[in-house]
Order: sequence, then structure tokens, then C-alpha cells
Amino acid sequence: MHDEKIIDQLSDLISSFICYAGSHLPDDVDAKLKEMATIETEGFAPTIYKAMADNMEIADRLKRPSCQDTGIIQFFVKVGTKYPYQNELGEALEQAVLKATDRAPLRHNAVQIFDEINTGNNVGVRVPWVDMELVPDRDDIEVYVYMAGGGCSLPGMAKVLMPLEGYEGIVRVIFDQMTSYGVNACPPCLVGVGIAGSAEVAAKLSKKALLRPVGSHNPNPKAAMMEEELEKGLNAVGLGPGGLSGKLSVMGVNIEQAARHPATLAVGISTACWAHRRACIKINPDMSYDFVTSKGVKL
Amino acid sequence: MSIYHLTTPVSDEDIAKLHIGDVIYLTGDITTGRDDVHHRVVIQGRECPVDLKGKAVFHAGPIMKKLEDGSYTCVAVGPTTSMRMEKAEAEFLEATGVKIIIGKGGMGPKTTAGCKASKAVHTIFPGGCAVVAAECIEKVKGVEWLDLGMPEAMWQFQGKEFGPLIVSIDSYGENLIDNNKIAFNEKKEAIVEELYKKVQFMH
Ligand code: SF4
Repeated sequence: MHDEKIIDQLSDLISSFICYAGSHLPDDVDAKLKEMATIETEGFAPTIYKAMADNMEIADRLKRPSCQDTGIIQFFVKVGTKYPYQNELGEALEQAVLKATDRAPLRHNAVQIFDEINTGNNVGVRVPWVDMELVPDRDDIEVYVYMAGGGCSLPGMAKVLMPLEGYEGIVRVIFDQMTSYGVNACPPCLVGVGIAGSAEVAAKLSKKALLRPVGSHNPNPKAAMMEEELEKGLNAVGLGPGGLSGKLSVMGVNIEQAARHPATLAVGISTACWAHRRACIKINPDMSYDFVTSKGVKL
Repeated sequence: MSIYHLTTPVSDEDIAKLHIGDVIYLTGDITTGRDDVHHRVVIQGRECPVDLKGKAVFHAGPIMKKLEDGSYTCVAVGPTTSMRMEKAEAEFLEATGVKIIIGKGGMGPKTTAGCKASKAVHTIFPGGCAVVAAECIEKVKGVEWLDLGMPEAMWQFQGKEFGPLIVSIDSYGENLIDNNKIAFNEKKEAIVEELYKKVQFMH
């Protein structure tokens, strides 16, 4: 039996969280963009950085989504095994999207495959996309929301390389993808890379990499070094904001990995645009919460 | 780089003044049209329900809000990836008489040729800056093909000093983003070679 009252309360809270995420950048992204703007002082870059800053200011003031593309709503949820409302959670997430679609308002972005009809409410087959992970001995949930826009999803890909292609092959794939599709993804992007044994694992990890803060590093020292070197290298290409060229290209590169099969080396890429609307909230059973990515904000 | 303040209908003479890297602020009729509109007009050959002659087509799928009196207001409208329209844009220009394309990212050789033939330009509005853009819209004049859904319908806006619009393809066959991409790719090879040396993790 579903507890309707809990579904209502939980979906209200999560819908407020989605609305806030749609109009504000997380603290880490905001700080990084401000830092980049001080370096990008030539050509079109200052005009674009100023438009970006103005945009966030107006979005906050008018309480509107900062970008018209509020994406497909994706949730990545860590669920404590002792969380009492596991039964209600799925329904609450869907309700939250319906409410946010109306309240934010969000753009209608769920198009049913085969029928090719926009559902008009951001709910469709397997959408909102929900990825759940169990966390032992906890009684709370940690909900990440990610607004997967069209332009920033376009550079996404996964490919299974042969091990003899080595990590060089991974470097090549990332650079080719970023120089060909990167300009459409509203750079400066955060680049998420997954490395694993098969395509779907690499792809999924590349998206999880985007949930990690800008400037954080993989605990493996070789991976951390590769993150830094890829970031430096991509910046040296100089895509600039909007692909209009500049001194920088990316907010960073985050890598996540899973052990591979001896005969395969799979790479996945996901990109987040500068308007990287990902947010994280921890919710306790009594509905009290900690807004992890926007410290101090009350919903 | 020059800055121009233009008003629709835009003439061939206005277009002739523009070169890649120039910036436009546009006042007048701006109508959204993206994948499905291009599909209907170019691939299905249907008549465009909005007169776009001398006007601007905006590659954008806005968030619109319906008011109690049945009219609409624009909440947010920023550019979408123009390259998706590459297949049909040249024919679209010819069929409609559009003079200014507004979008983000570049477009390809077919559109570049189309801009030359139809005396039109492609421009870039800063991506993701959808409320800045919405603030430049004075009025929603109407909507056509709403059956395509909110993002794909043709929303007719009256823009005021809508910009900055950076000219990325002019009517002389020049393409700013293509030039940039050539430069990016030239730099890329040397950078990638250096990186290869640092990722020798196989043993
Ligand atoms: S790439 Fe991001 S910022 Fe750009 S239009 Fe899409 S969602 Fe908005």
C-alpha cells in the first residue's frame, strides 16, 4: 500500500528542488565559471560570459528556468536500505516531475519512441529516468537531479576499443568528439568520461562522472593525472565559450571507471553544458533535508 | 567587427553589409522553427503558415506559458543546435525568403551555399542565455503548428534589440565556426600526440 500523504509531501519537496535546480547553477559550477571569465578577456568571450552571468541573475530574480531546455529529467538516487518510504519513492519522483513541469514551468521534453508524440508533461516510457543504488545501514535518500538537455547530450557516445589501442585510443575519442560536437554543447562543458569493459557501463559511468563536483578528482592517482592532462589539453584547443574560440574549452574532465574485460577497453563520454543543472539533496525520513549543491538554500 | 541595429523586413542591402564576426541587434519579427518545421516545409513541401519574407527564423524551442485569457507569454527561449537543420536549411531559405537565421553552433557547407544564393546570414545567440533572450521579446504575436508540441511549434515573436547575434555565416560564403573548427583541429593533433606519451598505462 502506498502512503498517499508521504507521496504528496515528498513530491512537493522534490519538485521545489527541481524548480530551484532549473534556475540556478550549483555552487561549484558558479565558482568555476566566474574564475574562467577572469581569464577569457579577448574576442567574443567577454560578451558571452557577460550574457551568461546576466542570464543567471535574471533567472534568479524572475524565478524562471535559466535555459529553455530543461532537458529530460534524470534522477540518480542513493537509497538507504533502512529508508522507510522505498515503496513511495518511485511514485513521488514521477509526481515531482509533473508538479515541476507546471510550476517551474519546464519545457515539454518527453517524446515517446515509435508513437513520436510529445507527452506534454515530461513523463513517458522510463522517463523520468531513475537510477537507484542501495546504501547499507542508512535511513535517508540522496537524490541527484540532472537536466539532460539536447545540445549537451548530443556529444554523448560510447565505444568499445581493443586493448591494443590503449588509453591513447580513449584520448583520441574524447578529442575528436569534443572538437566536432563540443561547439554545440554550449561550452565551456564539463566532460564526463567512463572507462570500463562494455559500452553501457562506460556510458553510465560517464554520466555519473558529471555528478561529481567540478574540480574534484578521481581517487586513483593515474586517473586524476589523466583528468588534469585531458583538461589542460582540451583547454589548449581553445573552443572558447559557445565555440567562438578563446583561451579555454572546458570546466574540467571527470573520469569514473569499472574493471574491464581482458579483451575490451570501453570508453563512454557525456558532456554537461555550462548551464550544468545538476543538484543534490539529502532527505531524511522526517522530510528534513540538506541541499548539498546549494549550501544554505531553503526550499 | 561592426555592430548593426536592424529592423525587419531586412533587405538584401542590409545583408550585404554583414560579415562574419559582426554583431546584430534585431528588432521586429522573429519566428521559431526547428526540426519539425523544416521537415514540414522542406521535406513534406507544405506551405509555411507564417510569412517569413525578410524576417528571422529562430532555431529554438521555447518554454511558453498560457495565460488565463488564452494568450501566451514567453518564459525562456534560447537557441538550439543549428546543425540539426543543415539538411534542410538552404531549401528553407529559398522557400520562405528568411534573411536571418538565429541559432547556436555552426552550420555546414550546404547552408553556407544557401546563404550566398538566398542572400541571408546565420547568426549565433549565446547558448543557454534563454531569459536574456526572453527579455528581448516584447510580444508573442501568435503560434502556428502547435500540434507539433511546445518546443517544435512556430512561435511568432516581436523582438526588440534582440541580441547579441554574432554573424557566423555571411552572404559571401564565409563561415566563422568552420574557420574555428579548422583552427581547433590543427591545434588538436600536436596536443593529442603529447598526451599519448602521458597515458602509457598498459604493461
Ligand atoms: S546545451 Fe545546455 S545551455 Fe545549451 S541550450 Fe542545451 S541545455 Fe541549454
